[in-house]
Amino acid sequence: MIWSKEETLSRKEIEEIQTARLIETVNRVYNNVPYYKKKMDDVGLKPEHIKSLKDLSKLPFVTKQDMRDTYPFGLFAVPKSQLVRIHASSGTTGKPTVVGYTKNDMKMWTEAVSRIACMGGATEKDVAQICFGYGMFTGALGLHYGLENIGATVVPSSTGNSEKQIMYMKDFETTLLVATPSYALRLAEVAQEMGIDPKKDLKVKIGLFGSEMLTDAMREEVHNFWGKDMMVTSNYGMSELLGPGVSGECTELCGMHINEDFFIPEIINSETGEVLPEGEKGELVVTCIKKEGIPLIRYRTKDITRLFYEPCKCGRTFARMENLSGRSDDMLKIRGVNVFPSQIEEVIFGFSELGPHYEIIIEREGFSDKLTVRVELLKNTDSFTELEALSKNVRARLKVMLGIDAKVMLESPNTLQRFEGKAKRIKDLRNVK
Amino acid sequence: MISKQLSVFVENRKGRLEEVLNVLKENGINILSLSLADTTEYGLLRLIVNDCNKGKEALTKSGFSTLLSDILIIKISNISGSLDETLKVLSKNDISVEYMYGLSVDGTKASIVIKTNDILKTDGIFTANKIETIGIEEI
Repeated sequence: MIWSKEETLSRKEIEEIQTARLIETVNRVYNNVPYYKKKMDDVGLKPEHIKSLKDLSKLPFVTKQDMRDTYPFGLFAVPKSQLVRIHASSGTTGKPTVVGYTKNDMKMWTEAVSRIACMGGATEKDVAQICFGYGMFTGALGLHYGLENIGATVVPSSTGNSEKQIMYMKDFETTLLVATPSYALRLAEVAQEMGIDPKKDLKVKIGLFGSEMLTDAMREEVHNFWGKDMMVTSNYGMSELLGPGVSGECTELCGMHINEDFFIPEIINSETGEVLPEGEKGELVVTCIKKEGIPLIRYRTKDITRLFYEPCKCGRTFARMENLSGRSDDMLKIRGVNVFPSQIEEVIFGFSELGPHYEIIIEREGFSDKLTVRVELLKNTDSFTELEALSKNVRARLKVMLGIDAKVMLESPNTLQRFEGKAKRIKDLRNVK
Repeated sequence: MISKQLSVFVENRKGRLEEVLNVLKENGINILSLSLADTTEYGLLRLIVNDCNKGKEALTKSGFSTLLSDILIIKISNISGSLDETLKVLSKNDISVEYMYGLSVDGTKASIVIKTNDILKTDGIFTANKIETIGIEEI
């Protein structure tokens, strides 16, 4: 089901809305946010220079660093009294980034997520269990309001206590699961340990996954645990822009539709900042055009993707962004070679003898980097020949995929860490003393 | 007579072997013999225990990768050359030994655990050649 008529507007109509809202937003931030005024003044730009979508690329970028420099409220465009909600990122790598919502922002957020839920196949009949951590993180509450808005029955079970999660799932007959893909796998594993087969004994038929990349290999692995007919979609967002609700996959599974009446996407070359044409891969930059609290202009997401504008089979006309193929700051440089963790994941998921959990360790030995991949052994064997062959095959496939040699360490099942939120599978020990 | 051996995958990590032995202890499993072989990263612990099904269940529950496999326990004379004689019978019949380890020795007899590429065929060859095989309960 398509939630709102905006999703099927013609390209011309979408661009008209975007132009009007862009001009209005730029004027508003210039007048209300001294930080933006200075940024624009520094490059000799006035709000009246922004007349059409083509002028967007004249505006300076905003980065996470700008948010830290203005912590906590320096980029806000309304007085604090107008806010009805504040969220913040975890801030593991520095000061947290703080975002705020006005009453209108909350309405817009709910609308954006309602559309995404419907794209993924959700209806008012669904019992939606939200296994994202509630709290300062935007994921849980964002999905919560959107799903309630479309009339689904929301079970706000949050993360943790996985046995109880499975019990709710069974007893409340949950049909829709909101989680990170890696937590969905963990939940399936816990169900199996409890003697419950997620495919037969549970009724979950829809997975609305987010907050983590959903690679094809990961989707396949989710199907292995939860059943072939589960509708597994990925949705995208980040607290800086809104939280969940920026874009989401429809059931045609051909990219995530961006809520273009709320956001303008661009793809840039992350080194030069140059805007790239449709279909080219680069860093996603997003401008918020319908936000009051903290409307970021040309925010650099660091996520790598491509944009497509031709209308989708589902009937929606909003641009689609390809499922993420990495983050520019996720990329590892190992012995001078660019390595994305998703490439390693793809290799591991290709082996039925191995479990879906893994850990990547990078160390410095002398002047060289050493890559180790820890994996869990699912196959029971008492033959060294088989174990050696397996580890040799995994190593050979990694070498083909990455172009560098990796050490493969086989571990017993259930030894690697499990994650309830975003999985942290990389240990880069090169700069640790 | 074919017997069962319990194999456990063990990473080369301090205390890991002890964890296996502790699970067996907690479940009252007695080890009759064992062999531990290792590479630089992991090892395989092969066990002959009094109750291999219970042992496998307990270890699997504790998160270990385990396997029950078919082996033969032969009882041969405790004198020089008797093992050589036994293996000659196997090689003559085109059977190759994958691994073996000692189980027990008394005055006149020695028991040895043996794993070959074809256990069923090996069992028949031993019977035909009057080489004694015993079950775990006879140890």
